[in-house]
Formats: sequence, structure tokens, C-alpha cells
Amino acid sequence: MTDTAAAVNAPSPMEPSMYRVTARDVESHDTVTLTLAPMADALPAPNPGQFFMLWAFGIGEAPISVAGVTADGSIVHTIRAVGAVTDALVALRPGDPVGMRGPYGTSWPVDAAAGADVLVVAGGLGLAPVRPVIDAIAADPSRFRSRRVLIGARTPGALLYPGASARWESQGVAVQRIVDRAGPDWTGPVGLITKLIEQSTLSEHTHAFLCGPEPMMRFSAMALIDQGVPPEQIWVSLERNMHCAYGHCGHCQLGSLFVCRDGPIVSWAAAQAVVRIPQR
Amino acid sequence: MGGSTLTPATLIVERDGLDALIGELRAQHRTVLGPLVRDGVITHGEVTGIDDLPIGWTEQQSGGTYRLQPTGTDEIFAFSTPSESWKRYVHPPRALMLRARREGPAITVETPRPEPEPVAFFGVRSCDLAALGILDRVLLDPEATDPNYAVRRSDIFIVAAGCSTPAATCFCASMQTGPSPTSGFDLSIAELKGSEPLSYLIAAGTERGAEVLGLLPGRSATAADHEHATAVHDQAVAAMHRTLDAADPPRAAAAPEHPQWNDIAERCLACGNCTMVCPTCFCSSVEDTTSLDGNHTDRTRVWDSCFGLDFTHMHGGPTRTSIASRYRHWLLHKLVTWQDQFDSSGCVGCGRCITWCPVGIDLTAEIPKLARAATEVAP
Ligand SMILES: Cc1cc2nc3c(=O)[nH]c(=O)nc-3n(C[C@H](O)[C@H](O)[C@H](O)COP(=O)(O)OP(=O)(O)OC[C@H]3O[C@@H](n4cnc5c(N)ncnc54)[C@H](O)[C@@H]3O)c2cc1C
Ligand code: SF4
Ligand code: SF4
Ligand code: FES
Repeated sequence: MTDTAAAVNAPSPMEPSMYRVTARDVESHDTVTLTLAPMADALPAPNPGQFFMLWAFGIGEAPISVAGVTADGSIVHTIRAVGAVTDALVALRPGDPVGMRGPYGTSWPVDAAAGADVLVVAGGLGLAPVRPVIDAIAADPSRFRSRRVLIGARTPGALLYPGASARWESQGVAVQRIVDRAGPDWTGPVGLITKLIEQSTLSEHTHAFLCGPEPMMRFSAMALIDQGVPPEQIWVSLERNMHCAYGHCGHCQLGSLFVCRDGPIVSWAAAQAVVRIPQR
Repeated sequence: MGGSTLTPATLIVERDGLDALIGELRAQHRTVLGPLVRDGVITHGEVTGIDDLPIGWTEQQSGGTYRLQPTGTDEIFAFSTPSESWKRYVHPPRALMLRARREGPAITVETPRPEPEPVAFFGVRSCDLAALGILDRVLLDPEATDPNYAVRRSDIFIVAAGCSTPAATCFCASMQTGPSPTSGFDLSIAELKGSEPLSYLIAAGTERGAEVLGLLPGRSATAADHEHATAVHDQAVAAMHRTLDAADPPRAAAAPEHPQWNDIAERCLACGNCTMVCPTCFCSSVEDTTSLDGNHTDRTRVWDSCFGLDFTHMHGGPTRTSIASRYRHWLLHKLVTWQDQFDSSGCVGCGRCITWCPVGIDLTAEIPKLARAATEVAP
């Protein structure tokens, strides 16, 4: 039985904590990276893969993945302006307040990949939610047998965190980047990210972390399975409409999953049956 | 049921005893909500005595139709499910969740709690009692609790009432949620249909229920009274013709892309009526509305329906664009994925979604068709 008496005094799950923008880095014409520090008490530290609900006062909330945590505990988010809430978030300037609640959801099982071959596959803005995985393996590379990151974007200008790749390389992480459409200065490979997957050496010892548009994750997972990676070791970050982030509004349902609670990070073994059915 | 430790555990009353019960609950400063006739249907509202109840009324329900009918008797509980469930009292259609104001650089936020209000739900049908239990599992989940729901749920005196006259749309017996309440009530009433004078067997399910029972005029129940109540129950079960075979929903779920789903989609208007009347559908939207000066924001939780195209809105469009996909999501949630999520069915067999569907889509008819179609394509 549920304890109604205790539930009456439970804190409101809608209560935001107020944070302040302490840094704003422009990634592209519609995308910025914000660093947010608490004005009073900090929320619990997020695990890689989790997300917060960010509140733009007067507009509304949007779920945004954690792209990093700084040494002083500030939260880093990379946000693309695609509608009312994200437009308002992208327009924030250092000093501006922003409401936060969370962290919510499941995390990337990085520790389970210790001793194994790690492969990160990121498409477009999908690099933001897996960035904490890359930072974690770069911080302690000897824990993993090998480390490889594949990054895809539509154009060279849409590649996030241009400075980070060189740093990750210097920390023992192999980084390969590919674009759909090359510009005049692009000397790297052109095509879909699955092309890089096909050129990689993979095995049943590979643990893969995938984030990007759903078709990209689907094709990537299939390419990985073709090369012997078990579906239980392939992890994806799912995205669905979200209103509450705590399992009450119903919007994020995908089959039996509440993506806000049972996701966003789900193994391909669990996700494939639902993700493969159109309009599920 | 609490059983032998409660004193008295059962009582036989007549109409004046029921009236005294409502009076006693009101004397405890409870708002008594119960069935009444309004706008051509039996629904719920505040009742102050038994004269407010649907005495002498029953209803005819079938796919897409609802008609009140006089019974020609003075039975009080000869109807089945009221048009609306109790959901609106514990999980209101609109609820304020947050109120914020901005003054210069400072933002202050409050998350208002509703005032705890002692109420009594009078005449709760067994299916609706099961539905309240299901809502509890969703909204009082220890991992994610809605404290406002907890407040609204915290002081409800529940007087259940068994069904003697199920509607043609009812299938609680096959969902194992009715027609007679077995737990989750303070008191439970069984109308001893056909008794002279018309009497009611009231059973206590809690200590506070037994205390109220002790204040009512009546006599102790005999073995014959209990046999009468059992006979009424058995007749109600026998009168229920709709069923849902528990083996069918998983079969239907196994063929999510079968064209049979399109057969339903050709009729379904995606109006969402089924989700509004369903006593367990809990989905909602969260909306921020802001004053013109931009300094005051109210965040409201509003009932929403998975039949709306916007429900799955994403940058790039909704994920469930076809009506077939939305009906499939609803039906499979009710009957299959709810089980995975909450360890119970999401359907209690109240039949409201059948009655209030403007085109009369009947899940108890669609599920066997889907299950059969799925089996036919299987290798
Ligand atoms: C778990 C998760 C993590 C995310 N991480 C990031 C991130 O790191 N960076 C980033 O830029 N974006 C991220 N998104 C997407 C972001 O939440 C949406 O772009 C945003 O909600 C759009 O809201 P809007 O008001 O700006 O757009 P509008 O199109 O005006 O949206 C209207 C409403 O639709 C809903 N909605 C629209 N698109 C989405 C969507 N893609 N996902 C969920 N709800 C949506 C919102 O509830 C919103 O209120 C993430 C989404 C999820 C589910
Ligand atoms: S799905 Fe239909 S029959 Fe089942 S509980 Fe909801 S309204 Fe009642
Ligand atoms: S099944 Fe009936 S009530 Fe439900 S959305 Fe379709 S038309 Fe409306
Ligand atoms: S976002 Fe509300 S249930 Fe998942």
C-alpha cells in the first residue's frame, strides 16, 4: 500500500531550483553551450546521460541533456533553438536566471565498459548527451582496452566542440569525424556515419554509446550488430515529447517505456522492438 | 474486507438508515459526493440526503448511446456506472502546480498545495474503486509522488455500492474488478433487490466505517440476508455478457503492424472521449501561462489525451501521426503495457469508453478481432 500520509508532505516534483548562466559559448548560428551555477542549493550531481528540465521564465520548460559538469559542479548544456522554449534558452546571457529540476532518467553505463573496447557514435547535436562519456574515458583512458569516437554532422560548421577533439586525441581517444556535405576547407571523409562504423574493427568486446537522430541510431545499431556487437552492449539515448519528466504526464511513452524514467538511455536489446515499429 | 475484528461488521438498514448515513457523514463535516440525475445522465455531485440519489432510475448503455429509464421501483442503486468517474475529484481536469513572479532580477516560486478537504464518496461502484487503486499506483508511486493528488486522496470516506443491474457495456466480472466491492472501502452497501421492505446490507471495511455503522438505525444481518446479497451478486454476474479474454491482448500486441488496426482507424474520430471518461487515463499536459507584463506565470496541469496529434509533438513532427497508431497506443497501454509499468491492468471494465465513443467502438469486440487476425498471420 502507498503511504498517503507521507505523500501529502512530499516536496512538489515541479519545484525548480534557480541557477544562473555563468558562461555562454556560441557553437553555431542556432546552438549555444551554457554553463549554469546554482544561486542557492545545488541539485544532486547528474550521471552521464541524464537530463534536466530547464525553465525559461514566462515561456516554459524543455528537457535538456547534461553535456558536462565543471570542476566546481556547474552544469553544462548545449541547446539548439528549435521553438519557443529553446529560443528563449539560447537567448540567455551570462547573469540571467534559469530554473532547473532534475536530474532525471537513466545514465550511460560507462563503468560496465571498463576493460572493454569503447565506441561512441554521435550525430549532430547528439554529441552533447554523450560528451560526458567521452570526457570520462579521456580522463581515465587506461581503464578501457580501446577508445574510439565517431562524430557525424550535416556540414563542417555544424560540428560541435571543435576544440575538444584535439584534446581527446591527446588523451588517448581516437576521434574520427565525417560530414554529409563538405565545405571548401574540409579534407576529412564525406558520407553517413555508418561508413565509419563499417571501417572500424569491432567485436563482442565492444561497448557502444549511440546518440543522434533516431534513424541514425537505428542504422548504426544494425551496422554494429552485423559486426558482432551484442545488442545488450549497444546503448542509445531516446528522445520523446516530455512534459513532466517524472512518469506522470504520459507523453514520453514508447511501448512499455516511460522515456523520462526508463530512458533516455536504453540498451538496444530493450529499445529495438519498439523503435523499429513505425509510429510506436 | 476487514471482517470479524470490526464491530459491528454488518448491518441491515432501510432507506432511513441510508439517509442517516449521509447525514452522519455530513455531520462529520464531509462533503458527500454521490450519484444523481443531471443533464439526462446519472453522474456525480454533492448529495445531502437520499432524495438526491437516482431513486427509481436506471440507464441503458450501448456503443455510442446512453438513455435514462425509469425502473418503476424505488430501488436506489439499479443503475451501473455514472457517466463520469471519480477521477475529476482526485486528479482534476485543471490543477495549478506552480506560481511564479519576477521582480527585477529576482524570481520567486511557490508550488501551491490544495487545502485538505474531508469528503465522502457515496455509492462507489466496484470498477471505480479498482480504478482509484490504479490511479494510486501511478500518482503515489514512491519514486514519483504527486503530493497534490495525495492531499485530495488523503481524507476520503468511501461508501461503496455493489451493482445489481450492470449495463450492457459492463465487463467488470471478466476483469475481476466487480460487480461487488471486496476491499478499499470504509463501508459497502448491497441493495437487496426484491426485499420487502427494500433493505440494504452494509458491511464495514475499516474501523472508522464500523464506528459510523454503529450509529445507524438497523438490525443485525441474518444468514438469509447474506444469501440474498449473494444471489443479487450472482444475478449481476450472469447478466453481464461482455467479456475480455486475458489471453487476447498480448496476442493483439504481438502484431502491432497488422492491417486490422486500420480497420478501427477508419471509424475512430480521434476525439479522445474514451480517454476523458476512462477512470484510469491519467495523461496530462503542463502549460505555463504568463501575464501580459511577463512577470507572473502560472503552471497548470491539464488533462490531455494520447489521441491528440500534438501529444507526441517533437521538433520535426509528431511520432504518432496516424489514427491507427494512436488507437493502438491507447488500447495496448490500457491492456498490455500498463501491466509492465504498474503491475496491473489499466482497464477495470467499466465500459464508459464504449458508451461515450460517438461511433461506438467497443474494445471488447476489437481485441478478439485483433487477436484472431494476429494469430492468422503467424507462421
Ligand atoms: C531526454 C531529452 C534530452 C534532450 N536534450 C537536448 C539537448 O541537450 N539539447 C537540445 O537542444 N535539445 C535537447 N532535447 C530536445 C528539446 O527538449 C526540444 O527541442 C525542446 O523541448 C523543444 O521545445 P521548444 O518549446 O523550443 O519547441 P517547440 O517546437 O515550440 O515545442 C513545443 C512543445 O513540444 C515539445 N517538444 C518539441 N520538441 C520536442 C523534443 N524534441 N523532445 C521533447 N519535447 C519536445 C515541448 O514539450 C514543447 O513544449 C532533448 C529532448 C529530450 C527528450
Ligand atoms: S478502457 Fe474503457 S472499459 Fe476500461 S476502464 Fe477505461 S473506460 Fe472503462
Ligand atoms: S475510440 Fe471512440 S471515443 Fe476513443 S478517440 Fe476514437 S472515436 Fe473517440
Ligand atoms: S515526461 Fe511525463 S511521463 Fe515521461
